[in-house]
Amino acid sequence: MPDVTFTVDGKKLTAPAGTLLIEACRKAGIEIPAFCYYPGLSLQAACRMCVVRQEKVPKLQTACTTTVAEGQVFTTESPEITQARKATIELLLGNHPLDCPVCDAGGECELQDMTFRYGAGESLYTEAKNHREEQKWSPAVYFDRPRCILCYRCVRMCGEGMDVWALGIANRGSSAIIAPNGGDHLDCEQCGMCIDACPVGALTSDTYRYKTRPWEMNHVSTVCTHCGDGCKVTLGVRQVDDGAEIVRGDNRDKSGINGDFLCAKGRFGFDFVDSKDRLTKPLVRNAAGTLEPVTWEHAIRVVSNKLKEIRDSKTENGGGSSIGVIGSNTGTNEENYLLQKFARTVLGTNNIDHIRTTDYAAFVRAMAGHEHRAASLRDTETAKAILLIGGNPTEEHPLLAWNIRTNFRHNTARLYIATDSPIKLERQARQTLSLPVEGYESLTAFLSGDDSALGEIENAKTFREAVNAEESLLVIFGQEFRGAAIESLVKWGLAKENVKFAYLGDYANSRGAADMGLSPDLLPGYIPVTTPGAFAEEYPNLSTQPGMTAPEMLDAGCRGELAALYIVGSDPVTAYGTDPAALKRAFVVVQDIFLTGTAALADVVLPAASLYEKAGTVTNTFGDIQLVKKAADKAGVKPDFEILVRIAGGMGADVKKLVPFGRGSITVPAVTAPALSVDFVPTPRPIPSLRGIHGDLGQSRGAHSGEADRHAVWLAARGLELRLSPFDPLAALDEIERLVPSYKLDRLNLFAGNDVHSEPGFVPVASLTAPTAAELILPAHDGLFTSGVLGDHTKALVELNSYQESISQPVAEAAAD
Amino acid sequence: MSSAETMSIFSPALSARFDALVLKYPVKRSALIPMMLYAQDEVGYLSDAVIEEIAQRLDLTMLDVRNVASYYSMLRFKPVGKYNVQVCTNISCMLRGAYDIFEHLEEKLGIGHKGITADGVFSLEEVECIGVCCWAPAIQVNYDFHDDLTNDKVDEVIAAYRAKAGRADAKGESANA
Amino acid sequence: MPKLTSHPDEVKIISKRFGMGAANIDRYIELGGYEATRKCLAEGSEWIINEMKASGLRGRGGAGFPTGLKWSFVPKQSAKPKYVLVNGDESEPGTCKDHLIFLHDPHAIIEGTIIAGLAIGAKMGFIYLRGEYRYLIEIMEKAVADAYAKGFLGKNIFGTETEFQAVVQTGAGAYEVGEESALMESLEGKRGVPRIKPPFPAVVGLYGGPTVINNAETIASVPHIITMGGAAYAAVGSERNGGTRLFGISGHVERPGIYELPMGYNLKKMIYEVAGGVRGGRKLKAVVPGGSSTPVLLPEEIETLGMDFDQVGKAGSMLGSGGVVVIDDQTCIVEFALRTISFYQHESCGWCIPCREGTDWLKKSLTRFHAGFGTKKDIDNIQYLAENMMGRTFCPLGDAAAMPTLGFVKKFRKEFEDHLDGKPCPYAKHVEVALV
Ligand SMILES: Cc1cc2nc3c(=O)[nH]c(=O)nc-3n(C[C@H](O)[C@H](O)[C@H](O)COP(=O)(O)O)c2cc1C
Ligand code: SF4
Ligand code: SF4
Ligand code: SF4
Ligand code: SF4
Ligand code: FES
Ligand code: FES
Repeated sequence: MPDVTFTVDGKKLTAPAGTLLIEACRKAGIEIPAFCYYPGLSLQAACRMCVVRQEKVPKLQTACTTTVAEGQVFTTESPEITQARKATIELLLGNHPLDCPVCDAGGECELQDMTFRYGAGESLYTEAKNHREEQKWSPAVYFDRPRCILCYRCVRMCGEGMDVWALGIANRGSSAIIAPNGGDHLDCEQCGMCIDACPVGALTSDTYRYKTRPWEMNHVSTVCTHCGDGCKVTLGVRQVDDGAEIVRGDNRDKSGINGDFLCAKGRFGFDFVDSKDRLTKPLVRNAAGTLEPVTWEHAIRVVSNKLKEIRDSKTENGGGSSIGVIGSNTGTNEENYLLQKFARTVLGTNNIDHIRTTDYAAFVRAMAGHEHRAASLRDTETAKAILLIGGNPTEEHPLLAWNIRTNFRHNTARLYIATDSPIKLERQARQTLSLPVEGYESLTAFLSGDDSALGEIENAKTFREAVNAEESLLVIFGQEFRGAAIESLVKWGLAKENVKFAYLGDYANSRGAADMGLSPDLLPGYIPVTTPGAFAEEYPNLSTQPGMTAPEMLDAGCRGELAALYIVGSDPVTAYGTDPAALKRAFVVVQDIFLTGTAALADVVLPAASLYEKAGTVTNTFGDIQLVKKAADKAGVKPDFEILVRIAGGMGADVKKLVPFGRGSITVPAVTAPALSVDFVPTPRPIPSLRGIHGDLGQSRGAHSGEADRHAVWLAARGLELRLSPFDPLAALDEIERLVPSYKLDRLNLFAGNDVHSEPGFVPVASLTAPTAAELILPAHDGLFTSGVLGDHTKALVELNSYQESISQPVAEAAAD
Repeated sequence: MSSAETMSIFSPALSARFDALVLKYPVKRSALIPMMLYAQDEVGYLSDAVIEEIAQRLDLTMLDVRNVASYYSMLRFKPVGKYNVQVCTNISCMLRGAYDIFEHLEEKLGIGHKGITADGVFSLEEVECIGVCCWAPAIQVNYDFHDDLTNDKVDEVIAAYRAKAGRADAKGESANA
Repeated sequence: MPKLTSHPDEVKIISKRFGMGAANIDRYIELGGYEATRKCLAEGSEWIINEMKASGLRGRGGAGFPTGLKWSFVPKQSAKPKYVLVNGDESEPGTCKDHLIFLHDPHAIIEGTIIAGLAIGAKMGFIYLRGEYRYLIEIMEKAVADAYAKGFLGKNIFGTETEFQAVVQTGAGAYEVGEESALMESLEGKRGVPRIKPPFPAVVGLYGGPTVINNAETIASVPHIITMGGAAYAAVGSERNGGTRLFGISGHVERPGIYELPMGYNLKKMIYEVAGGVRGGRKLKAVVPGGSSTPVLLPEEIETLGMDFDQVGKAGSMLGSGGVVVIDDQTCIVEFALRTISFYQHESCGWCIPCREGTDWLKKSLTRFHAGFGTKKDIDNIQYLAENMMGRTFCPLGDAAAMPTLGFVKKFRKEFEDHLDGKPCPYAKHVEVALV
């Protein structure tokens, strides 16, 4: 659309023709009040708050539906307009309960704000208000009818945004009311998006209702700890006796990679933090064979001594190679990086792995050397055409599903879906292809032109034609693809121009675990241990012999061939069905937040902080890196990062080598490309100065006590930089940036809370080693209300899960009209 | 929806009518309002079963159907009397004594607005203008208009329906049909 | 069965077949029916629109928009099918004229619909009647079936290559559905909530296609205009107000009824001569000239008032639906205002705040006021409320509620004041309105 010039309140503005006046004004800093307008959802013109005066037009016009054209002249504030808005608010307040002092939205209510702004404080009417009891629509959603101003945001959010259509409007006139699909209850995805969109306190969540007031909370934006999409979530945190408690999750400021979206897990799934099952004391197995609470010092000493003893033992069952280390899918990148560095340089072993739910190694290997081919999650919102092969985003990647729907709605994106069973996103699909369960690999061959590859499948050829005719394509594929299958699919796409890829995996930082080298054969950034390049100098005594995979470690442990197993945030015993008794002979250390199956048989259990209680970065399944901030605080627990550093220290390792903290410890490389002895030189990119980032992320102190500031004052008085602690994960991030080719990060963006995309294209082609055995991959397939071990300990999710199961009957297809 | 015919809760005639109705429009949802009204005529009100079948026939959710139904004042979710006496009290009728007629009916039938007589024969409702203002005051009994009324005429009208109800009872047929 | 009335001043054009059994298709043909359609098939779209423009016919639904002009707005080319929509929702209190057309002359509606279709290039028309008009719907449905049987509707109407389908649709009780875009929603099986305009129906209407929507009386006038010629029709009416219209006179008159009178006919004469004067020789207190939404007029305002869109507009009211409601001197205006606002409160679709909340509070305030619990401030508040609804709502229903209210408060302030401070209503006895 060509730009047009128009006048608002005497100012000349320019915007593309057809832009909504309200949006054009917002961009120019002119705020127009609105209740029913919600960016991205259909227009309503219902609340009449956005009225403005347009020259030569007899009636006031609604800015939310007026599109700008050349030469128009508008007034957005005048006595007449103020009066119109004031009258509207007066009318609303006439029936509004005005229970602001107890209302959840009090303090962040748009009606309150408007009343304040337009001064409609006094009630004109003496009639009794229409009162109704509050209704519980589901364990997640409560409705307080008298507070509802009928802006229909919730209805549109659920229908247009979520494609669930669980909310509607019943009755008419002043009896009109928002109605849930179950008559008196909701049968839906329980995402809480309706609650978030509600401008007032009419829709509230069970997790937050009547718990606190917004101004009593700290709002910490961090990253959701559940699925692999990595939504930014703002946690409302309140100070309590034993730390800080999370009382709310939302994304009100819409600032993150997820815009306004959060699913049920991100929004409600945080109470595991306060679960009574949380480990809060270190436990050491006593002579009687039971786990007994001990002090941190004692526990660290036991672990350090024992590990040191095993490492230094010259017996057959000793030395670093007799220790196995298994890392986490939900820890931070820094922790994962540190864990493998600890394993490789302090313990002296390549026996390091994590429970692999996705074959990222194969994916990155296939992408190595090809820049700009890996899609960011953001691409899913703008891609003109998307080919989705396998996976079920609606259940397993709710944000991705949201983005695809939004893209479909706003840009009429063309979606092609090939799966072995129907998925909900087919409602948005232009074409679908029903594959046999084993047909994913053959699909690549078919797409490449092998007509017989798929056998007889309806529409297969027209599907292929349409896909191949697309000028640009975003190929998103699921965990059905592993190893060689990934390689051939990527190869097919790389042969074409403008094709990008994304691979769907589970968990908040599974991608980071793989990227950070939690693999027996790959160092951080997928550098093979066999040709370690720069790591050879960085990691003294690094073995170039690949170590054992996680299942191999467990097997070896059961056979008595592994003296120690060090497990961080992972439950391999349950995952691989290992016989607990068989592991008796190994010294098992578990850092975790719950007493998992593995922890239960450990010799030492160290209570760890959850992702919501620490800082660092995580990488979503698309390779987007985001900052994790400490929100809650739990007495007794420590972040994995700190525990590792303490144990390394206890073992006598040079902590400063492990974590290059403090002034002057960073050497900024003179060349921009990492010095790797490989045949691929990544595109040079300036690394932002690593000095000058003075971030203390509240790692080990209360984030809300003011202590952080006192600490800063103390440091400043001594001419020291803030980052002086060996427990500061940022120090590890410095090193990651330096050594991991794909992690060239725009720090400013990262620290501003934005997502920064990693580039697997920077991974050296030399890492094209043998593919991982496909059977190593164990997809989690968590759904809308499940999230591995975390989910089992999250009351809100357990409740939602059983609620939805109890009411779920086949619901007739929604009308998407 | 072919299975709807076999499992329909509606009479074969109505079911067949609905099958034809959905084909009349460029978009089958257009059949929703007539369908609800005709279903109500047969069943008496929009029961959950009625809503469910209509939703199925039109590929809608029950929520959709309920939301549309609850918008229209002729559609109801509860039964009424066999003869639903609707008294217009809007301006033209009011000026010509509609409230007297309404009160007379209240007394005569012993029920108020939205009431149903104990025997289920009559229900009473005050309604908005029914489009016979020039022949006011007027009432509508089910779909039949009775205009230019006086209390005496009202008595005749009610007596006639009562007699009809008696006959219908005796014959066991629906007076609504 | 509504009684037919007549008066010598009437000019019977639309009503000329009333009471002549024209609902029967053969009888209708005998009376010259369907000739207009044949003529239009021969003459074509441009000619039809020109005749319509020449006729000076203005929409009988209320707003009085020139029909020929409306038809000319429909784009010639359209990717989506075009539609004709006949608005027979007739729910404005005081209005029952379309009732008689459906009853006595259903084929005139069908003809008008086909002709409108020919004019704009539509192949399908919908005739939407309010659900309460079940017996009229049955008459219309029979007429449509008969027209199909004769080949006047269908794939090849009158043996030509031209297609035209007609469907009769029932409403289910909702005044707001008379608003054109709400009607389209209703016809699409949805809640009767109006649509955002622009786009206007002529461009994006029913099922997203260009749509002409006209009142039933407007449509029924069409074949007559074709038969007598646009210019001749225009000559019957007053300046810029072509033809006749069906005026419905109700309330306190001796001979209420529907009378077809030329546009511009004097209102006083209409009441005192055509309708036989105020009932029982009482004095005239006020007149609502065009259905309940039009502001009330005082006796002195009707002396020389000609009933056409422009003159009534100039007098500060509206010609509206042509439903003249006559109020005698023994009527309580507060009660009348209350009954009027109760209607709009009941019929507000609830979509927008000023109308939904405004009508509700007006009803509540007036109820209390009429019961004798009002204060002087209430009168100001009622006026303030109504003034703040005017022009601010999503569709004209809000105005339709506010306008008459303002009229009552402004013109009968004294009568409101007489209700103050616990005084029982000095004029009439009815207090509560039970409707929910
Ligand atoms: C609240 C409301 C109710 C209306 N009801 C009717 C109605 O019952 N019948 C009608 O013909 N027009 C009604 N109208 C007017 C229609 O919106 C529309 O203007 C008319 O059908 C156009 O036809 P015309 O140009 O032939 O008058 C109503 C308008 C509003 C705002
Ligand atoms: S919780 Fe989500 S799915 Fe459920 S009603 Fe609200 S928006 Fe719809
Ligand atoms: S519940 Fe909230 S979002 Fe929904 S209509 Fe009411 S005020 Fe708006
Ligand atoms: S579980 Fe996934 S989609 Fe849901 S909020 Fe968390 S990151 Fe977002
Ligand atoms: S003015 Fe608003 S609430 Fe009233 S009928 Fe129109 S859209 Fe509905
Ligand atoms: S924001 Fe424009 S009308 Fe509500
Ligand atoms: S006012 Fe009673 S029928 Fe119109």
